[in-house]
Amino acid sequence: MTPLGKAPDVSDVPDVINRYVADFRAFAANGAGGAPSWLKEIREGAIARFAQLGFPTTKQEAWRFTSVAPIAETRFVRAPGSEVPVSESQVAPLLLRGAAGPRAVFVDGRHAPALSSRVGLPQAVEAGSLAAALQAGGGSELARAHLARHATWRESPFAALNTAFLLDGAFVHIPAGIALEQPLELLFISTGQSLGPTVTHPRSLVVVDRGAEAAVIEHYVSLARGVYWTNAVAEVVVDDEARVEYYRVQGESRDAYHVATTHSRQGRDSYLGLHVVTLGAALARHDVHTVLDGTGAELILNGLYLLGGTQHADHHTLIEHARPHCASHEFFNGVLDERAHGVFTGRIIVRPGAQRTDSKQTNNNLLLSTEARADSQPQLEIYADDVKCTHGSTVGPLDQTALYYLRSRGLSAETAQSLLTYGFAAEILGRMRRAEVRERLDQVVRDRLESGAAARAA
Amino acid sequence: MGERGRKHAMLEIKNLHASVEGREILRGVDLTVRAGEVHAIMGPNGSGKSTLAQVLGGHPAYTVAEGSVLFEGKDLLAMKPEDRAREGVFVAFQYPVAIRGITNAYFLRSAVNAIRKHRGEEELGPVEFMDRLEDKLRVIGWDSSYLSRPVNEGFSGGEKKRNEILQMAVLEPKLAILDETDSGLDIDALKTVAHTVDKLRRPDNATVLVTHYYRILTHIAPDFVHVLSDGRIVKSGGKDLALELEEKGYDWIREGAAVA
Repeated sequence: MTPLGKAPDVSDVPDVINRYVADFRAFAANGAGGAPSWLKEIREGAIARFAQLGFPTTKQEAWRFTSVAPIAETRFVRAPGSEVPVSESQVAPLLLRGAAGPRAVFVDGRHAPALSSRVGLPQAVEAGSLAAALQAGGGSELARAHLARHATWRESPFAALNTAFLLDGAFVHIPAGIALEQPLELLFISTGQSLGPTVTHPRSLVVVDRGAEAAVIEHYVSLARGVYWTNAVAEVVVDDEARVEYYRVQGESRDAYHVATTHSRQGRDSYLGLHVVTLGAALARHDVHTVLDGTGAELILNGLYLLGGTQHADHHTLIEHARPHCASHEFFNGVLDERAHGVFTGRIIVRPGAQRTDSKQTNNNLLLSTEARADSQPQLEIYADDVKCTHGSTVGPLDQTALYYLRSRGLSAETAQSLLTYGFAAEILGRMRRAEVRERLDQVVRDRLESGAAARAA
Repeated sequence: MGERGRKHAMLEIKNLHASVEGREILRGVDLTVRAGEVHAIMGPNGSGKSTLAQVLGGHPAYTVAEGSVLFEGKDLLAMKPEDRAREGVFVAFQYPVAIRGITNAYFLRSAVNAIRKHRGEEELGPVEFMDRLEDKLRVIGWDSSYLSRPVNEGFSGGEKKRNEILQMAVLEPKLAILDETDSGLDIDALKTVAHTVDKLRRPDNATVLVTHYYRILTHIAPDFVHVLSDGRIVKSGGKDLALELEEKGYDWIREGAAVA
């Protein structure tokens, strides 16, 4: 580990960075949740790193298509958290799984125990507040072993900022051999009910021990429209022979900003299905960094973005094959309507010695309007010789021949178009193994496409 | 009047001229098909066989410059592709299209229900539809696993052609136009396809087989064989004509047409 720096003097850096450094000083001085000293040290290092990196610009390759100027230029204040009363009846319709299953609910970044439920969870399973885990005795050892060890906050200014302001979020631990029956939902609600734009830095740590099985939903929603910024980081640890279905659903307000990093590390013979569904936010950027770090690990990275209006969403994925005999299959489909812009970058690194790697990547983009836009770039870096890697991407409108084919079987032009569009999304949903989640998302997607089609017809 | 004269003309094509991307492909096709008949349209590559099938299906890339097509007395060319299907015209594609994310079962049921709705019949639910589908599947030698796969996605050439025949069996058209459904099939697949087409023959429906090869005609005996060359039907006859073409090739007809 590189030595951690000290936060620079506030006079050394540009104003925009300054604000965050000054705010960090206030945050740290305020006790910052009575965190253990190791965490305080990490936070200090992270703010120093953020001050060095600053906000990215479009001159940087990884940010070529996405300007974060609207975020850098907005004066966000940290959401006070838990100050806005949210009732159970408000939460129930927001839950992807409804109120029947186990859930940990967060309001403006802070855990809300009254809105959460452990229903059906085995006693040994942790599913609650990260802040609490950082203070408690047992949880903190596990948290210390993993927290900020996987997320590459040294490379990403946003992950660094999240780490600097790390206060609360979800802490999930599934001990060895336990199989969760029901999907566990982590619901992050932004109330958007503040006088000015607010920011939250929710952090999730999910540790699934050897041979355990779980489905987890990380879900972002808002109660109201309005400008706010969610800067999220999640670390997902999948130990040897564990099997995890991880659903990440971003349904923020259409005025919001959403920046996130998801990191996963997989052990030997493990399976991770990482499903990403992006529906909301005016500007969204999601970095996914997965490491196949045990022989025989299997990853399905499966993403869908449905964008309309002037929405912009950028998915930046990195799959790292660090060990031999691993398989990664990546599929991202984008449906872009009106003036929306979708960006996909899919980087695959096959490390030396990661022989017999089987890696497949596809990114398909459907443009429903002449003003919609998609950029797709695959990046393969292969340092082993006995590997099978394929990639492909498409950008274009609905296929005229396919439309004609459907019409020639009696379907109206309108039905044919909506069926083809739905199929584009359904292809991604079809890889989700938990039927109860898949069916709910199917409904969400249908509703979304219908309202898009209605807007076009109007 | 002979026996033929008593049956009404299901399809009447007169002086049909059609072009694609500015090139005229069909240059005056005349053809009459009556209920209960099987017609084979043969001809060398580039003669316009597939264009004829696509024009009858209503492919938007093809433009009709001249001529008329009546289907059961109605102006077929004025109809949208979906209306042609709903009226009972079916075109099996030479290159069936893969539809991602939509299962075969869902697609077939949507198509059947679109047509039933047009006829004023009640739409079928998933269970009811599956019951009706079982027989049809058996005929083409498939199990139900093909129904849960996305339409033609990852299908082999032969599987795609069988899928076209399955659609035809399910939609029960009055007029089926099979555009080179036989090409690219191994002998077993060809037999299955031919057997299915033969089994679906009824006095009140008709089939037009567009083909390059004699092979399929040994399994489905056509009532009429037409030779298309340079966008026109230059010769018509009985099934013996197909055998003659198999032996002598197309050149003698083309030469004959040039002389005439």
